[in-house]
Amino acid sequence: MSSSASLHSGATPALIAPLAAPLPLAPRDAFPLLAADPALRYLDSAATAQKPRAVLDALRHYYETANANPHRGAYRLSVAATDAYHDARARVARFVGLRDADCLLFVRGTTEAMNLVAGSWGQAHVGPGDEVVVTRMDHHATFVTWQQLAHARGAAFRIAELTPDGRVDLDHLASLLGPRTKVVAFPHVSNALGTVNPVREIAALVRERSDAIVVVDGAQGVPHLPVEFDRLGADFYAFSGHKVGGPMGSGALLGRRALLEAMPPWQFGGDMIAFVGDEVTTWNALPHKFEAGTPNVGDAVGLAAACDFLAGLGMDAVIAHERALVAAAMERLGAIEGVRVHGPAADQRSGVVSFSMADVHPHDLATILDERGVCIRAGHHCAQPLMRSLGVPATARASFWVYSDAADVEALAEGLESARRLFAA
Amino acid sequence: MTVSDAQLAAIYQELILDHYRRPRNKGALAGADARAERRNPLCGDEIVLEVAFDGDVVREARFSGRGCSISQASASMLTQALRGRTRAEAEALVRQFSALVHGDAGAAGDEGLGELRALQGVARFPARIRCATLAWSALDEVLRGA
Repeated sequence: MSSSASLHSGATPALIAPLAAPLPLAPRDAFPLLAADPALRYLDSAATAQKPRAVLDALRHYYETANANPHRGAYRLSVAATDAYHDARARVARFVGLRDADCLLFVRGTTEAMNLVAGSWGQAHVGPGDEVVVTRMDHHATFVTWQQLAHARGAAFRIAELTPDGRVDLDHLASLLGPRTKVVAFPHVSNALGTVNPVREIAALVRERSDAIVVVDGAQGVPHLPVEFDRLGADFYAFSGHKVGGPMGSGALLGRRALLEAMPPWQFGGDMIAFVGDEVTTWNALPHKFEAGTPNVGDAVGLAAACDFLAGLGMDAVIAHERALVAAAMERLGAIEGVRVHGPAADQRSGVVSFSMADVHPHDLATILDERGVCIRAGHHCAQPLMRSLGVPATARASFWVYSDAADVEALAEGLESARRLFAA
Repeated sequence: MTVSDAQLAAIYQELILDHYRRPRNKGALAGADARAERRNPLCGDEIVLEVAFDGDVVREARFSGRGCSISQASASMLTQALRGRTRAEAEALVRQFSALVHGDAGAAGDEGLGELRALQGVARFPARIRCATLAWSALDEVLRGA
């Protein structure tokens, strides 16, 4: 009864839109860059997310009210900066389900986090005859970092292959594990395919068959899925702030306390020391031992604001929104002649659709779409080993986030139809 | 939309699409005197350029590899444009082509560039200039090394 009234009121479009064609989860108005360009269809959020106004406001507020060098505490302003930094750490830790916030290290991003684990834990524990395992879907930040660590330490480097629909082949992974396995690294979510990996199941498999540490690249996990580090079974989990709507150059590494405390420092400098003697230096407590130099307080504050923003939307709602868009996109794109969508079913993905069009190179697709204001990624997605296994040099990739909606999917599909016509002519 | 389609036509001209669909001088060159390879690390595109000389003059040029329509059409046109040119003329052509795809008005009006002028629309797409110049970068190496 009230439904027909709503249909005519014009004030409740959410009731009219079918579920298969979702509205944005967060309004475009909440993102100044999108608000300033209503025609822009930004479908590259897996590369970097647009920033909520709340994040930009938090950055400005910090620099305008609390900027000083923290941990020097001789005056009140420095105490304010220190408090802002610690508060940011606590909020980010809470968002990713880490109770022991001192085990959250602020870093420049996932790449730096991965290099920290390899450079500290890896250098100390991986040696000749050991084995390091990654997967075919790892980003170069993980793949190359562990490949080079293995080579430098005389260890074997093993790659877990994928199933035909783009999931980690758990049987193959299990066959690679053994007493000499020291490290198993894999992405929570594949940046190139969107595949969501069963982190808990993989971690359990690793524990069952080896003493290896479990290192998770969460760059595509935290922005899109609920993450509770304390219950994941992983030893280390890394993510980048800019993909969460936070500032570029922010990010975090989460680790288990026992491991972090036993690890040697990775970089040296101010803040990370306890006492500096002429010959001997002792290290500061966690997290400072791994945060040499003046910390990036402003961006930590911005990252915390991004986490608060997402917590307000609810991560269950975020992934449901993305999957509805992915399902709509897979159906719409799959009906276009010559289009092949890579990767698993929509319910096993984050908001990523990687695809190819027969006889049209992804770069050409990106240019044709760009002319229509549609931004997609074209290339190897920092995953050349994966591209080789797909048998393509590159793919086109559209990725969705909280501001994406059905109009984005339609603009993408219309652009691809236009490309089809142009190249078929 | 019509504006956008017109702009697209400037980069995806029929001549370019024709070279992409039916590349000229594609495949290995038996008896090549010089060879250079280029990769675009952004997209994995690859070009191998092979050139045979008669003294100072290019007898034949062929290319192989894979890539987008712009890189393939540019390589195809290059092999046609190169035949019969002296090394000095080829070097001048490399410079003039680079000027063309970087938006130089003089190059755009240079009838000596022939069909290559179809690629001038690339200048408006900074992300694609590297695609257009991939084969030309290989030619530059051939000329400097030969």
